[in-house]
Amino acid sequence: MDYDKKDYKNFIEKKSPNSKLWRNMLSSFVVGGLICTLGQGVGNIYKNFFGLDEADVRIAVPITMIFLGALFTGLDLYNKLAKYAGAGTLVPITGFSNAVVSPAIEFRREGFILGLAAKMFVIAGPVIVYGINASVIMGLVMYLFGLVK
Amino acid sequence: MEMFWEYFNAFWVGGLICALAQILVDKTKLTPARILVGFVVLGVILGGLGLYEKLVDFAGAGATVPIMGFGNTLAKGVIKGIEEKGFLGVFTGGATAAAGGITAAIFFGFLAAIFFKPHQK
Repeated sequence: MDYDKKDYKNFIEKKSPNSKLWRNMLSSFVVGGLICTLGQGVGNIYKNFFGLDEADVRIAVPITMIFLGALFTGLDLYNKLAKYAGAGTLVPITGFSNAVVSPAIEFRREGFILGLAAKMFVIAGPVIVYGINASVIMGLVMYLFGLVK
Repeated sequence: MEMFWEYFNAFWVGGLICALAQILVDKTKLTPARILVGFVVLGVILGGLGLYEKLVDFAGAGATVPIMGFGNTLAKGVIKGIEEKGFLGVFTGGATAAAGGITAAIFFGFLAAIFFKPHQK
């Protein structure tokens, strides 16, 4: 095989983003996995030490994870982790919390109403809008076709 | 030992969901907001079909902690709402089920913005 310089450069450009992708996927996998494992631990604590039933655990765990996401965002640790972990910090519910808290802190200086409170929903707003609307459409379909008794 | 598998399955399933999302981050021009929206809607669809709950049974927090779990909560809430209230439940079920998460995000988000100062980028 006789690559000239240009071919070689193309070859490197083609290959290197992929090795970067694998590295990013691995750190996402580990960090995202650990956040979920933490959630599992929190759930077990509520179940075993506070006697919560399964349904209440499923409410209490997201609330706790959102609290932790808000706390670590406030301490500027979550955003540092996010630079390294990418989707591993974005996809867990702590990332949703981060998406609420980051702009809230940043835009507080623009006021409590149109700064903090409005900017809180820059990302959370669309998530709630499309999540609720998808669930209503699903519910309408299920109701009209008699899929739920 | 049962405990170990519980944590192990939460770890690898949750991690895998995040690793798949990383492909979207790196290989598409989708913004984080679009990815979160897409995952929530996907969670609603899988939840409505009753598929997501099977993943929850297997992986516990590995399925409930990723944002798709929030979509599943909405879908299950709407179904429960219809069971209890009929047509009205279409409108009350989702938000009722998601109330804890949404309220926590608003309350803790507000507190964090009061107590913490902005950081350098």
